[in-house]
Amino acid sequence: MLLEAQNLTFGYKKERRIIDDVTLSIDRGERVALVGPSGCGKSTLSQILAGYIKPQKGMVLWEGKPLPKKGYCPIQLIYQHPEKAINPRWKLGRTLTEAWQPDPVFLEEMGIEPAWMDRYPIELSGGELQRFCIARAMGPETKFLIADEMTTMLDVITQAQIWQLMLQQIEKRQMGMMMVTHNEALAKQICNRIIDFQQLNL
Amino acid sequence: MRRIRRKKNQRKRTIYLILLIGILLLLLVIAGRFLSPEQYGPDYNEKKLTPSIQHLFGTDYLGRDMFARTIKGLSNSILIGTLAAGFSACVALVLGILSATIGGLVDKIISYLVDLCMGIPHLVLLMLISFMMGRGLRGVIVGIALTHWPNLTRVIRGEVLQIKNMQYVKVAEKLGKSKIQIAFQHILPHVIPQFIIGLILLFPHAILHEAGVTFLGFGLSVDTPAIGIILSEALKHIATGMWWLVFFPGMMLVMVVMMFDQLGEHVRRLLDPSSARE
Amino acid sequence: MERKEILEVKNLSVSFQMYDKGLRQKELQVIRDLNITVHEGEILAIAGASGSGKSLLANAILGILPLHASVKGTMKYRGESLTLERQRKLRGKEIALVPQSVGYLDPLMKVGKQVVGVNGSKDRQREVFARYGLGKEVEQMYPFQLSGGMARRVLIATAMISNAKLLIADEPTPGLSTEMAKETMGHFRDLAKEGRGVILITHDIDLAFAYADRVAVFYAGTTVETAPASDFRKGPSALRHPYSKALWEALPQNGCKPIPGTQPYAGNLPSGCLFAPRCPYRTEACETTIPVRQIRGGEVCCNHAT
Repeated sequence: MLLEAQNLTFGYKKERRIIDDVTLSIDRGERVALVGPSGCGKSTLSQILAGYIKPQKGMVLWEGKPLPKKGYCPIQLIYQHPEKAINPRWKLGRTLTEAWQPDPVFLEEMGIEPAWMDRYPIELSGGELQRFCIARAMGPETKFLIADEMTTMLDVITQAQIWQLMLQQIEKRQMGMMMVTHNEALAKQICNRIIDFQQLNL
Repeated sequence: MRRIRRKKNQRKRTIYLILLIGILLLLLVIAGRFLSPEQYGPDYNEKKLTPSIQHLFGTDYLGRDMFARTIKGLSNSILIGTLAAGFSACVALVLGILSATIGGLVDKIISYLVDLCMGIPHLVLLMLISFMMGRGLRGVIVGIALTHWPNLTRVIRGEVLQIKNMQYVKVAEKLGKSKIQIAFQHILPHVIPQFIIGLILLFPHAILHEAGVTFLGFGLSVDTPAIGIILSEALKHIATGMWWLVFFPGMMLVMVVMMFDQLGEHVRRLLDPSSARE
Repeated sequence: MERKEILEVKNLSVSFQMYDKGLRQKELQVIRDLNITVHEGEILAIAGASGSGKSLLANAILGILPLHASVKGTMKYRGESLTLERQRKLRGKEIALVPQSVGYLDPLMKVGKQVVGVNGSKDRQREVFARYGLGKEVEQMYPFQLSGGMARRVLIATAMISNAKLLIADEPTPGLSTEMAKETMGHFRDLAKEGRGVILITHDIDLAFAYADRVAVFYAGTTVETAPASDFRKGPSALRHPYSKALWEALPQNGCKPIPGTQPYAGNLPSGCLFAPRCPYRTEACETTIPVRQIRGGEVCCNHAT
């Protein structure tokens, strides 16, 4: 198993658990979609899986071992709002190379133009910024990507563009992937396994 | 089209205003530094003169030129303000960042200190510290430095807490960045503008408090030309009709304080991204 | 059947004074040659990517553009020109905006009082609340106490308090479940049936296609095609503009096929057809101004549309 979640439980308030005893495992070569209505806890689960939030009970195992607490995390999360996930005071070139040095071929595949490197985030559109977020997270140590409503705020053409290049990279680098979405049509189009979140989190 | 022209280039105006105020204040300091003691010393031939071309602000009961004395006094005040406000702001920066990044007990202690200092009236605390330090220049500077950090500490603590929870900071953590790297790369650059504005806005406070504590007799010694001394001395003579001894120095003090206030406001407008398009 | 026009926007252009590098200023055109009409009793969806000028159009209609904007072209409300003064008189009364979320409400004010607002009355508010099945207890609630469905209805109530004839809903559905979105759209449909005009601004193409009567597709600040929503449901062969066709094909259920390129930025727009750089049918004729043509019951701004 690549990624395992065992009996995860989490709630912001004591009496209400958002995630209640969730167990889930994802194998190599799977592209998994977590589908469910908004506000049901999908985002919280993906943040637990990526190590952003510590579960109150249960644990996340990556290749059989707990996730590293410090240092580079092999599971990277892509957020819904790229403009929030990028430091507005940095030029985009700096954001892109925060963790690694992507080569020009990769950038071309990602549809990132060299001229954008000297721009500030406010000057680019959401779709363009999302490319930076994905590229930034695609360091050599990244083995698994979680896309949390990654293209929800984008128009359909940009959405299609981003998923096309995302799938291309995942294929090429043999990465695992989980997407979180409320759009079932998109989930069917992209993934080979669909999990109904409400079934999972009874 | 009329609407547009009226709005023309606010940013240019802001920069010009900042430069203008900055140069005026700098000139004041330099002028004060280069005044020779004779110029503001006593001259018994010219006592109690009303304002004229020779003595713009008149002279006092010892025949001291009030214009020169006011300039010298303000220059001193600004220098004291620089030292005290600078120190205070640095304390605020360090405590604010420590409080927000380490959290836990450290945060509690710092927050408690902030509340404690803010609970005591500024001037009372300032008088106590200045008195303890043996008054004089040292007493005033230490007093002001130790009483002006709490507000800014609070602001910086809030800013850091907010930025710490930003998605891009959390992403940086997951990309393997250490706490120190994040503090220097993400947090500090965000806090610096706040810090600069806070620092500038501390000046008027520091200057007014310096004048206040000196006026009350807990500050600078009587022979230094300081606005507080000038005003407290002048008050004794106001009954004799020497209005200019209070009016001009007092007005100059208000003007300097307002200039610092405007400087802070305009720097804020320049640095604040939300008004960048105005 | 011919319905009366409520709103007609013709050749609208909006530009901003911006800072270029450092202190130089330049004029930035963000909307150009934009045309829409809204009839009584219809829902007109405005669909387009972010940055295509959708929200700006709403602000232009309401007359709440920022000060450094300048507007050209004509806007007519019920046949009469919509001046700044008239906009001030009509907005909130005849023309109303449906807030996007409860985040737009005052969190410290009870809902009832807030819905009454400046122009409404208590009786009218009760009437509107009753219509949407909101009980008297809801009046006394604060915005954070509203459940999702209640919030949607309260938001529509804020616009309906004045019995407005033209409603503008800016992105009313993001974050809603499919059922809730359906319910919200149902409310808008009811309002349209009463003879009102509804402008539905959305980047959710599925929603626009499914619930609107007509769809205006925006691209880089202009309307490229306005056509009955049924054409959009049928697919590319029923559509006129290559961008509309591309939108359809990029929908996940239709194959998720992207076209290359990005929407051009204001200030960096091509002359002539704005879509030309990404268009497979591009010819030399596309470099000049493209006239709006009527084809098969829709308006299109393309030389190659058939």
